[in-house]
Amino acid sequence: MSQSASTMGNEKVTSSRRKFLKTAATLTAATVGYSWLKSSQILIFAAEPKDVTLPWYGIAIDIKKCIGCGSCAKACKSENDVPKEPFFFRTWVEQYTVKNDGSVDIVSPNGGIDGFVQRVPDEEIFKSFFVPKMCNHCAKSPCEQVCPVGATFLSPEGVVLVDEKYCIGCRYCVQACPYGCRFIHPVKKVANKCTLCYHRLKKNLAPACMEVCPTGARMYGNLRDKNSDLVKFLKEHTTHVLRANLNTGAKLYYNELSSEVR
Amino acid sequence: MKLYIPPQIPRLAIAFAVFISLFLVLRHFLVPDTFGKYGPYRAAALDDYAKLEVHYSGQQACFACHQDIEDLKKTDVHSEIHCETCHGPGQKHALSSLPADILKPTDREFCGKCHILNAAKQKDAINQIDLTKHNIDKNCIECHNPHQPWEMKK
Repeated sequence: MSQSASTMGNEKVTSSRRKFLKTAATLTAATVGYSWLKSSQILIFAAEPKDVTLPWYGIAIDIKKCIGCGSCAKACKSENDVPKEPFFFRTWVEQYTVKNDGSVDIVSPNGGIDGFVQRVPDEEIFKSFFVPKMCNHCAKSPCEQVCPVGATFLSPEGVVLVDEKYCIGCRYCVQACPYGCRFIHPVKKVANKCTLCYHRLKKNLAPACMEVCPTGARMYGNLRDKNSDLVKFLKEHTTHVLRANLNTGAKLYYNELSSEVR
Repeated sequence: MKLYIPPQIPRLAIAFAVFISLFLVLRHFLVPDTFGKYGPYRAAALDDYAKLEVHYSGQQACFACHQDIEDLKKTDVHSEIHCETCHGPGQKHALSSLPADILKPTDREFCGKCHILNAAKQKDAINQIDLTKHNIDKNCIECHNPHQPWEMKK
């Protein structure tokens, strides 16, 4: 009686232990499998969508070539019906002037649209240069991540866009963009930003800013096409992205970028 | 042994079924058709952008009519500059051919936007002019043809 009871007890423990281990192993495997699938899916999507037939756009700006004429900023406003008032820019130009005493003077009068007038006398200047700014079309963009309604997204071509019908104008993305490339449209009351002239790309035209750049300081291209002019440019030059430490996956590469540029 | 099901369970089940089907019906009508086609967003938004009108036609559209300017421009230092850099958005003009639909900037300040003296420009990138000294009483285009800047007008 006592023996049978103990056997029964043993069997019970063994069977429930086996069952427990089986269940636990299955659950663990399922969780790991699922999370692996899911996370890698997310990673693949965030880094580079699978559709390799589409281009994956990147931009390069050669600071040495920029003459600060502001044609790009002006053309951008005309092409994309950006409000004409200052402070609404999808692209703009800044002049950095590093003085002999080490201080840095940064100006961008009306985004550079009216041109630049040198305001620091020659003898005080250590170096000076223009930096055109625009959306970096990040592969892991902070603005996309913070959008509470999913209105901002990365298109299959690697262009960060805003769905104006979804956007609720909460300004979270304006805060999140480390490059200051977004604003709230004063009439539409939704987020607005550079689209890399998506409508032009679809018609095989260059983005307006690149169409009008007189010195060819700006270029765009397909990062996937290893023979494209852009990839060739990136191979031949030492380029940097802005705020690489933030791991935004920025796809705007600057040639000859100085450390003063923020 | 018959399993005892408390009477509230079927009632709750019905309530759940009603709410879940209501949710599914609402979701069906509220979620746009193209949502999730490429990712967690409305794919039709891409078409909305693609449909936008182009204002800058690109210089091939200019050269379709202005072959003479293309030939002229090729011969001099402004050859790499696209028409719309100076003439502004040209799509309207390309469609209408009206001179009123295109810009013809003539003032010194316009040329100065590129050619003004500034320490930020590379010396070899562009010819820089001190606008306060260089022929201040004249417009640039009185001597220079913008399409052929170094063929001086008499």
